[in-house]
Amino acid sequence: MFITFFKIGAFTFGGGYAMIPIMRNEVVNKKKWMEDAVFMDMLAIAQSMPGPIALNTALFVGNKRNGFKGSLFSGLGVILPSFIVILLIAIVFTQFKDNPVIERIFKGIRPAVVALIAAPLIGMGKSAGITWKTLWIPIAVALLVWLLGISPMYIIVGAIIIGLAYFWFLKLNMKK
Amino acid sequence: MELIDLYLDMFVSFFKIGLFGFGGGYAMIPMIHDEVVTINNWISIGEFTNIIAISQSVPGTIAFNSATYIGYSATVNLGFATWQGVIGSFVCTLAVSTPPLIIMTVICAFFSKLKDNPWLRSSLSVLKPAIIGLIAAAALMLMNGHNFIDYKSWIIFALVFIASIKKVDPILLIIISGVAGLILY
Repeated sequence: MFITFFKIGAFTFGGGYAMIPIMRNEVVNKKKWMEDAVFMDMLAIAQSMPGPIALNTALFVGNKRNGFKGSLFSGLGVILPSFIVILLIAIVFTQFKDNPVIERIFKGIRPAVVALIAAPLIGMGKSAGITWKTLWIPIAVALLVWLLGISPMYIIVGAIIIGLAYFWFLKLNMKK
Repeated sequence: MELIDLYLDMFVSFFKIGLFGFGGGYAMIPMIHDEVVTINNWISIGEFTNIIAISQSVPGTIAFNSATYIGYSATVNLGFATWQGVIGSFVCTLAVSTPPLIIMTVICAFFSKLKDNPWLRSSLSVLKPAIIGLIAAAALMLMNGHNFIDYKSWIIFALVFIASIKKVDPILLIIISGVAGLILY
């Protein structure tokens, strides 16, 4: 299991979402560790919990197969490859940080990074089911965090409380 | 600053980041920025953007990659040795992965009950649009004078934005912009 997740962690560029189809193929089709329906259910939960989705999915598969120990190994497997790679890059790169050539390269890269973060927003908004009626939520959050410097942690806690309160309100109204 | 204090501070910061890290890597950027640039001054805003760029171009998730990198960089920036930076990097990575490990262990135990829980669903219905707002905040936060130095930066931004919507590979886009930076500046 460690080896399987190590491979997934080592060869997947582009963050968590790129890992999911590969994990599904390994876990469901190749290793037959669980049925596809279970995997998909689990993915929905993993997505809604804190932490990178790739790690959460790995932890879940590990736990289903081998309990806590299983999730330790699958988690370690998925984290370790990038840990080693990033650490090596960090060690080498911090020495060249002030190199003028590197600085010129990064002057080009930095605006590109911002574009890569901003570009998926439209697609994400659609898939999260945002309508003209709920559009104010992401806009308000973005302004609160960006302009007023409100900690994102308060936003997260606030959103959870509002969601729970809303459901409580609906339940009260149904009883009447 | 004592090395142990630094490790402890980093552990607490990244534990919090892991605990509140709903919505994955991009949504975590404002939180990581808050903790490591604004509150603790471990790294500069310029280095922060570089780290995000590097994290995007290497296998693995942005949250972990940046934790590993910042752990090393913050320690070495404060004048400590390479091996002490390696431990710092380990501390941050461990801290950011501990909350998901605990939460997923609990979730596994109650999985069948949680699956269709209306309370969970209702809180997620507000959380999801909020997470998109956090990602938008990440983009706005990074649109600062340090990352956008002149009109050429905005041209690069606009071209990459369009290319990214057209599904061009992000790593390719980072490489091209790096070459562009080398030529333009």
